[in-house]
Amino acid sequence: MTGRGFWKRWSDALYLPECLKGMAKTLVRFFQPKFTLSYPEEVHVPRPGYRGEHRLKKDEQGRVKCVACMMCRTACPAECIYIEGGPSPWPDRDKVPRVFTIDLLKCIYCGMCQEACPCDAIELTTVFTRVASSREDKVYDLEKLLSR
Amino acid sequence: MASVLKMLFALGFAVGLVPVAVYLERRVSAFIQGRLGPNRVNIPLIGRLGGILPGGLAQPVADVVKLLFKEDIIPLRADRVLFLLAPLLVFLPPAVGFAVIPFGNRIGDEALQVADLNVGILFTVSILSVSVYGLAFAGWASDNKYSIMGGLRAAAQLLSYEVTLGLCVVTALMFSESLDPRTIVERQARGILGWNILGGGDLWRAPFGIVAGLLFFIAALAENKRLPFDLPECDAELVGGFHTEYSSMKFALFFMGEYVGMVLMSALWVTFFWGGWHLPGVTDPSSATLLQGILSVLVFSAKVLAVLLLYIWVRWTLPRFRYDQLMDLGWKRLIPIALANLVAVAALGALRGGPR
Repeated sequence: MTGRGFWKRWSDALYLPECLKGMAKTLVRFFQPKFTLSYPEEVHVPRPGYRGEHRLKKDEQGRVKCVACMMCRTACPAECIYIEGGPSPWPDRDKVPRVFTIDLLKCIYCGMCQEACPCDAIELTTVFTRVASSREDKVYDLEKLLSR
Repeated sequence: MASVLKMLFALGFAVGLVPVAVYLERRVSAFIQGRLGPNRVNIPLIGRLGGILPGGLAQPVADVVKLLFKEDIIPLRADRVLFLLAPLLVFLPPAVGFAVIPFGNRIGDEALQVADLNVGILFTVSILSVSVYGLAFAGWASDNKYSIMGGLRAAAQLLSYEVTLGLCVVTALMFSESLDPRTIVERQARGILGWNILGGGDLWRAPFGIVAGLLFFIAALAENKRLPFDLPECDAELVGGFHTEYSSMKFALFFMGEYVGMVLMSALWVTFFWGGWHLPGVTDPSSATLLQGILSVLVFSAKVLAVLLLYIWVRWTLPRFRYDQLMDLGWKRLIPIALANLVAVAALGALRGGPR
């Protein structure tokens, strides 16, 4: 507790310079642009690579690309994908999906299905705002997945 | 008749500024944090008047409606009498304190002040102490460990900082040589250099005026339980502190009491240190016309509003003190400084041979 150290500690504990620094900071922040989007009027556009709801792709002839190989179902950590394969009407593949449902309430949007797919048939879109009025509506079937 | 009007105005001023302060609080805090804040609830029928008004002006009304319709719960083991008395004791004293604040110069022979008490300062300071009882009662009557901690903290904090507050007020009234708020303002109504924050007309005293003014504001923050001194109700430690068990309108009374207290403290600061209703070039202290009277009220309101903004700005900048730091700051720093300041002002006055 010698002279100078005491007074320094004493005045430090007044916190005044720090308070003023902080208030200068918040004053600047007050006038800076805000991050908030006014939602219904302004919609957030996700950057490319955002993992939203799924879609199944079609090839150039409009046929479903999926060959019901079950790779995505195997890769899925949430086990939200259900696939039933059926015989293919086309000569270049053995199977096509007859049933393909994704339970989006179970899905954790990790994108593993997209990475696992050998045919580049499933994809996560940037859609994130779709709502449903029942749990069943959030279980997307083949038709819904292909319609995107 | 005139005094009834003045009473209504003073009460309306105190209570009417509450929604304004609430709105400002929410919008300013949002802006500081990079958000927009409530901007959807507009005034019915006129809305935003085609973009002239900012959005969300009716948000405080919506808040009040929400509070009114909430269930009013009194805990089974609460002390009912004290439990009901406490919100009133918190809300009423600051509202009553407005009786002696001169909110304007004069219109004709009517001084714009409800009661021209010659001991007005003593009246306000004593009336302010009453709200400590409200807080302590609320904490005790709730029969809740968080509440009683909050009540105890409130009592200790308010008592500690009242000392600093009182010493700073004494400094101001040594500048003005009066206990009458009206006289204090009139003494300051000689240009900006006449304001007590700048020494009340004597530049030698300006440093002491600034110190006293600053300490008064810090003590006022603590008296209003505002951040960084909101320990009586800090949510992180005490849920809601002394008002944990209060709901509906009783909670609203605590809430309004806090804001009315803020308005009163701002008004006191403005009166004691910032020249009250006077602003050079706008108000003319010697004139008693209607226009001048209204102008002086407007100047006073603008000053109070500016101080409220400062309150809000401080709140959303500074983190909360620890309780021992709070007591350290109060007893080991603010009170010695305020005392030394007071002694210096007295010594200066004695050395330089009386006023001016």
